[in-house]
Amino acid sequence: MKKMTINGMVVQVEDHWTILEACRFYGMDIPTLCYREGLSPGGICRLCVVEIGKGERTKLVTSCNYPVEDGLVVRTHTKRVIRARKMLVELLLARCPSSKTLQDLAAKMGVQRVRFKVKDEKCILCGLCVRMCEEQMGAKAIGFAGRGKERRVTPPFDIKSDVCRNCGACMYICPVCQLRCQGPEPPGVVCGACLNVEPVCLQDNDDVMCYLDTCGWCYKMKKR
Amino acid sequence: MNRRKIKSPSDLEKLRQEILAKRDPKKPRIAICAGTGCLALGARKVITTFKEELKKCGLENEVEIRETGCPGFCEKGTIVVIYPEGIYYLQVQPGDVPEIVEKTLVEKKHVERLLYTDPTTNEKAIHEDEIPFYKHQMRLLIGNNIKVDPKNIDDYIALGGYRALAKALSEMTQEEVIEEVKRANLRGRGGGGFPAGRKWETTRNAPGEPKYVIVNCDEGDPGAFMNRALMEGNPHSVIEGLIIGAYAIGSHEGFIYVRDEYPLAVENTGIALEQAREYGLLGRDIMGSGFDFDVKIFRGAGAFISGESSALMSSLEGKVGAPKPKYVHTSIKGLWNKPSNLNNVETWANIPLIINKGARWFTSIGTEGSKGTKIFALVGKVNNTGLVEVPFGITLREIIYNIGGGIPNNKKFKAVQTGGPSGGCIPERFIDTAVDFDELTKLGSMMGSGGMIVMDEDTCMVDVARYFIDFLVDESCGRCVPCREGLERMSEILNDICEGRGKEGDIELLEELSAVMKDTSMCGLGRTAPNPVLTTIHYFRDEYDAHIKEKKCPAHVCKALIEYYIDAEKCTGCLACLKACPEGAIAGEKEKVHVINREKCSKCGICYDTCKFGAVIIS
Repeated sequence: MKKMTINGMVVQVEDHWTILEACRFYGMDIPTLCYREGLSPGGICRLCVVEIGKGERTKLVTSCNYPVEDGLVVRTHTKRVIRARKMLVELLLARCPSSKTLQDLAAKMGVQRVRFKVKDEKCILCGLCVRMCEEQMGAKAIGFAGRGKERRVTPPFDIKSDVCRNCGACMYICPVCQLRCQGPEPPGVVCGACLNVEPVCLQDNDDVMCYLDTCGWCYKMKKR
Repeated sequence: MNRRKIKSPSDLEKLRQEILAKRDPKKPRIAICAGTGCLALGARKVITTFKEELKKCGLENEVEIRETGCPGFCEKGTIVVIYPEGIYYLQVQPGDVPEIVEKTLVEKKHVERLLYTDPTTNEKAIHEDEIPFYKHQMRLLIGNNIKVDPKNIDDYIALGGYRALAKALSEMTQEEVIEEVKRANLRGRGGGGFPAGRKWETTRNAPGEPKYVIVNCDEGDPGAFMNRALMEGNPHSVIEGLIIGAYAIGSHEGFIYVRDEYPLAVENTGIALEQAREYGLLGRDIMGSGFDFDVKIFRGAGAFISGESSALMSSLEGKVGAPKPKYVHTSIKGLWNKPSNLNNVETWANIPLIINKGARWFTSIGTEGSKGTKIFALVGKVNNTGLVEVPFGITLREIIYNIGGGIPNNKKFKAVQTGGPSGGCIPERFIDTAVDFDELTKLGSMMGSGGMIVMDEDTCMVDVARYFIDFLVDESCGRCVPCREGLERMSEILNDICEGRGKEGDIELLEELSAVMKDTSMCGLGRTAPNPVLTTIHYFRDEYDAHIKEKKCPAHVCKALIEYYIDAEKCTGCLACLKACPEGAIAGEKEKVHVINREKCSKCGICYDTCKFGAVIIS
């Protein structure tokens, strides 16, 4: 067992834990996008950053892959952390505005607008599908190709891979493939509809009417 | 060639004496720079012409020709030095060769027109120490480049090479070597400035075998070529440092990671390793000490990001050269998860000096926090471009004016960019800053690996920031969100500003984005990438404001924000600009005032350069 401080609270943690595991164990809510239990941490989305250290020598680290150590001082919701998370969500949302996951995250964090030109990419390159395929399905049918803005997820040489069993695990785990929503309206504005508004279908029904729980998209369309 | 193994330090000294005995110091020798810069300027032709000419004059046995490494004065290549006198001839063309042979080698006179001429006093300089470019330098590392043929190990040994290795292996324990390097306070020359001795110690004490030592020669900054010159020109100095490091750390396997864009460096290093092996300086039982060590060359496929330690090790492992999260340092868990010590070419090259002359001597050079010398690639708007090696603590002014010879065409100095694309721009008011790791960091820039780009008043600082960010957009590995998305957005905003679409709030957004990128990026590339933007905003905010609010580019660089027109009073109607215009955008007749058609004008600036009367004006 190791002893560390999370948000001023001295806690005991397991030796092999990461900061994220420790924080979640003690009930701290840290947003993540590219992290899933059972997969190796990617450290890609950077949303799970926390501030470590004391005094002036503090720094932000990704909690999903930072191993706990004795005497570590962690703060999960400082000004610096919140500023970083908000900017990261804004960047992701500008890339992929039609993701309900991202729209929900934005609404939850109070990101009110997107100041960058809105694109309509399908993928946020979080790499969950790649790790899922390799680590859980044992297939390695997809991977990353290209560098920088050319980076994309694809089977080798862009040809359907022999080892792909069409299991669909990549689609299952993707935070943006499923759960599409209409995106910001007008462009550049975070809709926040799903999270901020009470499920609109409740006005007419006793129960939420679809598996997308609180989005209310179908209801809004019907009203038009 | 058959080389006998060196079995002890006294063997090495004996060999050195044998080599020296074979050589007549009075025998005329022509040293010709065969570095990449001079080769591009036609050095190969100069070398062959010299060979032919000597044959013609029957001097081929009398005079020795030596193809050497780069002496640094690339502006004035091809460089030819005639020994034993040490006469420096600059900008030598194949046509000059017969004159040199006749006048200098036969008649022992100077060819005046090929000597260095001072641009202000018109005085000639004959020897290296009289040329201002060299006079103000302290050339501990690259000074030997012009004296040795990198393809011949004997040249290096003749100068006392591998003595430091002999000393370390025979007289010092591993701890003593590390202690000496720590006392010398040698800081990593690749950019970070981390103390090399401490890094060595970490690797040495880290659990796990085998341990690796690696040379980082993946130099990718635009306009920087310090490592190339060392690796091409004097590879043995790096190899000697590496062997000493391996001994101290307890490593038996080393790698030299060279980018494949440096074919000459790859070739010369390969030859150097082969020759060192023949002498038994690599391999089993080096110099009879019982220490085994060998080195492999690894050719990098040419990605800027592969210069980052964890990305370089990924690349060495045969994977994509992309950085890994390294909350555990590579010196503890690096290549194949084993303790791996990575240092820059220049850092390794400093080791033999420290071992030979001692930490006390080394620490007498430099400033409080930065010891020794540093090689800079001095480029941009400066008269003498090339490689300069200076002690830490020298001011930017001394480098730019005394060594660099000032700004061409009497333009005004505006800023200097240090540290490559991740560095920052330092404005004129800090030109008297002493150059060392800490001072540059204080100004928001950094030492980097030693790029130094000088800019004059015709440089638009927004355009400079845009250039570097665009470079980094291409070179970012794209793995983590802040670097990939952040850089792309930064480039988008900067391009908008340069093209006249900048809007209020852009500067603040850039600053906010920069702060987050610095905080959250995975590796050094993303964390330092905002530096060019932050420093230009900090020191040249008025230029950003002019672009955004007034839609003007004060330096007349951003094409979308300037217009060319012809001053009717100055135009003589000479037709020169009209003929030169590639777009046919200039109308006019002989001796009548010309007019530029704004719709056709592509703003290439050719008319501006062509007009002898200053009639073309940019607004």
